[in-house]
Amino acid sequence: MQLALVIGNVVATRKDENLTGIKLLIVQPLNADRQPAGRPVVAVDAVGAGVGEHVFFVRGKEASFPFYPAEPPVDAGIVGIVDHWDVE
Amino acid sequence: MQIGRVVGTVVSTQKHRKFEGAKLLLVQPLAMDDTPRGAPLLAVDGVGAGVHEKVLIVLEGRAAGEALGRKAAPVDAAIVGIIDTVTISG
Repeated sequence: MQLALVIGNVVATRKDENLTGIKLLIVQPLNADRQPAGRPVVAVDAVGAGVGEHVFFVRGKEASFPFYPAEPPVDAGIVGIVDHWDVE
Repeated sequence: MQIGRVVGTVVSTQKHRKFEGAKLLLVQPLAMDDTPRGAPLLAVDGVGAGVHEKVLIVLEGRAAGEALGRKAAPVDAAIVGIIDTVTISG
């Protein structure tokens, strides 16, 4: 998983039927020191996250697991909202 | 699998239910000469690792879910060992 900041949302009307009802957000992956790391990606939301929140997201097929038994065709999904993190 | 060092801890209250009770650690992947390689990632801890320890991580969903002991968990990285020593020959 990776730490990220939610920086936007995506609306798509015409889409794979398994994506119906699923919220799409744009997340910017972050370093441990809160700096952007790499390109933003579109991720599905499984926890009720919103713009401006720090989250962690999972990459790969596992991103679809929270929507079981539906199998949306996704490769990134937000699975937690971060309260805080500490780096030593 | 990859070698990394635990550099921090992450606290999350609102998370997917499959993460309940799981410990989340921030892990910095290392090159073979112990220099940082790439951005730190978040891994579930399957072995009781702590900050500063050198660890073995799996970066694949099914394996990470097994390390967590839960089927169909939305995870992609897990700590599966604490490394004592690494020896590279040749």
